[in-house]
Amino acid sequence: MSLTMPVPAAGPTLTLDNLLDSPGGRELQTCIQCGICAGTCPYGDAMDYPPRRIIGMLRAGLAEEVLASDSLLFCVTCYSCMAKCPRGLRLTEVLLPLVKEQVFGRLPEVPAELQKALENTHRYGNPLGESPRKRSAWTAGSPVPVRVLATDSRPVDVLWFTECYTAYHPRGQDTCRATAKLFGALGVDFAILGHEEKCAGECARLAGETGLFEALTDANLKVLGKYEYARLVTSGAHAYDAFTHEYRALGLDQPVEHTTGFFAKRLERLKPLLTRKLGVTVTYHDSCALGRHNGMYDEPRALLAAIPGVKLVEMAHNRVNATCCGGGGGGMWLDTFFKARGQERLADRRVKEAVATGADVLAVSCPYEVSRFEDSLKVLGYEKRMVVRDVTELLAEALGAPEAA
Amino acid sequence: MNVLVLMKMVPDIVEELEIGADGRSLDLDAVRPIVSERDDHALEQALLLKERNAATVTVLALEAPEVDEVLFTALAKGADRAVKVTGLEPAPATAAAAAVLAAVLPKVPNLMPVDLVLAGCQAIDDLDGVLAPSLAERLGIPYLGIVTGVTVEAAGGGDTASVLKEFAGGTRGRYTVCLPAVLGVQAAEKPPRYVPVAKVRAAMKARTLEEIPAGDGGAAPLVEVTAMTKPEAAGKAEMLEGDPGAVAAKLVEILAARGLA
Amino acid sequence: MTGNVWVLAEHWRGRLSDLTLEALALGRELASGFGSQLEAVLLGGGALAAGLGAADKVLSVDHPSLAEPNPEAYCRALAALVKARGPAVVLVPLSNVSADLIGLLPARLGAALLNFCRDVRVVDGKLEARCLLYGGKLESTVTVAAAPALVGLLPGARPAAAASGKAPAVEAVAADLPAEGRVRFEAYLDPAPGDVDVTQQAVLVSVGRGIQTQDNISLAEDLAAALGGVVSASRPVIDQGWLPLTRQVGKSGATVKPKLYFAAGISGAPEHVEGMKGAELIVAVNTDPGAPIFGVAHYGIVADALEVLPALTEAVKARKG
Repeated sequence: MSLTMPVPAAGPTLTLDNLLDSPGGRELQTCIQCGICAGTCPYGDAMDYPPRRIIGMLRAGLAEEVLASDSLLFCVTCYSCMAKCPRGLRLTEVLLPLVKEQVFGRLPEVPAELQKALENTHRYGNPLGESPRKRSAWTAGSPVPVRVLATDSRPVDVLWFTECYTAYHPRGQDTCRATAKLFGALGVDFAILGHEEKCAGECARLAGETGLFEALTDANLKVLGKYEYARLVTSGAHAYDAFTHEYRALGLDQPVEHTTGFFAKRLERLKPLLTRKLGVTVTYHDSCALGRHNGMYDEPRALLAAIPGVKLVEMAHNRVNATCCGGGGGGMWLDTFFKARGQERLADRRVKEAVATGADVLAVSCPYEVSRFEDSLKVLGYEKRMVVRDVTELLAEALGAPEAA
Repeated sequence: MNVLVLMKMVPDIVEELEIGADGRSLDLDAVRPIVSERDDHALEQALLLKERNAATVTVLALEAPEVDEVLFTALAKGADRAVKVTGLEPAPATAAAAAVLAAVLPKVPNLMPVDLVLAGCQAIDDLDGVLAPSLAERLGIPYLGIVTGVTVEAAGGGDTASVLKEFAGGTRGRYTVCLPAVLGVQAAEKPPRYVPVAKVRAAMKARTLEEIPAGDGGAAPLVEVTAMTKPEAAGKAEMLEGDPGAVAAKLVEILAARGLA
Repeated sequence: MTGNVWVLAEHWRGRLSDLTLEALALGRELASGFGSQLEAVLLGGGALAAGLGAADKVLSVDHPSLAEPNPEAYCRALAALVKARGPAVVLVPLSNVSADLIGLLPARLGAALLNFCRDVRVVDGKLEARCLLYGGKLESTVTVAAAPALVGLLPGARPAAAASGKAPAVEAVAADLPAEGRVRFEAYLDPAPGDVDVTQQAVLVSVGRGIQTQDNISLAEDLAAALGGVVSASRPVIDQGWLPLTRQVGKSGATVKPKLYFAAGISGAPEHVEGMKGAELIVAVNTDPGAPIFGVAHYGIVADALEVLPALTEAVKARKG
């Protein structure tokens, strides 16, 4: 049963009648208009149509006004409204993607950076516009050999879906190499898709480009279908979300894990290998996709706590209350748009909170966050006070010979 | 007003270009085709004219790998007709292509005469010719290139266009061009619009591409390519190694030695 | 192949272009190779003939429709001259003023074209050129035997021909052009004053696609401020609207000769290099080791500009104390 709605062809007004075609839609009718969604939205100041108002407008037959506005571009699909809704309405899962899709289709002009990212994703399978052939170029610097299924298609235990930023962005490639090192240390039988891998497409979907998402799922499922593997493990938090929900509904059968979940399950075997003392205070940022949407709050913390010499401190907003980095739902490519509308970067806001903890390291588990938070640290002038590290980078750093006493 | 847009495929230079075994041509297996960037701008300019002047826009291209998607994308963006010229693969070099197009355009049903032909003012593979001006010559109509703006008065006097041509330093020249004419577009007045993938897919299902055979492939090129190489580029600069901090330190010394820092 | 070597003397707003003088230097070599004369064709701008002493003769064509760049008038005048006089080669500078001719003239004459040439020689009585294609990524060696051959010349093929000191012989040639052509120049639209003139700057920190977002331009602005310069850009950045047209460096933008040109995330396609290759010191940062910019830079760094820019800004500030 798919949670996404088929797109009406010529875009008739979205009404509650259309929504009623899904169980989620009937649920939405039970909204009590309390406004907690609006209150918790990180871009609440700019959000002309929080879920409460969308539902109210739908009831009043005024959906067209909502869809004609570009305000929903501010929705970074952080799942805060859905997590806090006292009725448990699946706002970010059902209502918002539908509305954002209609909004996107009606935009007279797509903001330039977002347009470029979507065009690149469609053509090259990644928003950065890099050649698909270079998607496994990072393996040249890998500390352990990395099998690419296109060249060696024997069955494998773990099919590791690296995702785009991890594969192409220099800081993402650091995470890849760290992850490969950890797989090696644990003796994991793993392989990657390399150039056959395309963006899982979750952020395109949540920006409203459902056609692009369809094209990506078609391509990825076709490639995945060629190989025999026991489980799919991904470094991408949004990819994890896509595989667990959308791809599952489209026929993906294998169990899906995020790298933090995968390593947390194997902590008993991993912990004795973490012998280097890091001696840092770490604060962990819960990514929206892993945290609020999938409840994975403890796994990354367990991993961090297992590293010798790591002291964990929490930000004021943590776990279900964590504040979004602003990268979801297209936000990764809308910072210029947000800025033009006089809004602060959500990543800047979050970094200020992180720095306030006094921690040395801001630990993350989503590839967007590394580049977004490092950017914020530079912009705010904090790059000497704090560094950003993916959880896997910290784990990999802790592998190896113990420090001299 | 009738506007014709010519689009062509060129190698995508995001990918590495490899030289074929004969040492003087592109390894076509390694080439990924992409629509010529300036042609995308030509299409956008045509669509702007459609919006302002209620023009009819026809897009035409020579058959080439992946050109179908380009034509359907043009339809999805708002072009009225898309025509593919078939029977010549691989597509001929630019000078011959102009001859082919000049011969085939009169044969496309209900197309000519057009008021305006828009195409990119150049493409990255223009070795022995440039398409738009060559075509203008063969059609016997005027040409202006490096165009960044086109206005056609809607009411009456529809036989001239006011055209902006770009010069150095941000200066533009305003020209009056008698129609029909060919304009070589450098940049449309707005960046090429986005079209959702779903719309392109819908166009692929609902619309058809018209096809017309090319006739003969035009004369052989007057120039001969005897070799193809990667230019000895990276050899020239002195490369500085190290992490950003180390490189910055070296650079500062170099700049300071010249009184620049 | 026999006949004289012609250079189209390109001029704009009262000045001969530097590319014309480079073409004359190259033309002289070709003329020696053919054992023939070097002639400059001056369409309009008759007063500038005095600056073309590097040629043996100037063919000066005057007509009201040649007062400002007009590809139709240029093509008609030049084609008629070529048909009448039969040169072996016509060198046409590749810049916005003359570029349209590269497409029009070969078609009108049924002549061969060698486009994007970075070097041309006479080899075994034939013309052999090295042409840069695909954004500068590949170079083709191309030969042609039939005259006339038209050459689209990129900047940098030769140093500009020195002024010979003597005034050239000038032949005034009548133009068979209609009083009013099908393409008519009306007026120039100059950009609004008040913005920066990049051609007057000693230091330019220039950004290309590698700067990735409009926000990141501030990194370049920081470095420019630290070095006492300004920010310029290649076409893709200007096309996005991230900086005004006046900041554009390259074929359609400004030609600059600063003391320092710092190219951040610029690949170095010929159209851009044309505008900055004369800089005294060129430093380029690009993640692609094969980027053509490294062919013109004095110093190159294979790295992410977004990292090098702030590092360098800091180092410069630290040195200043």
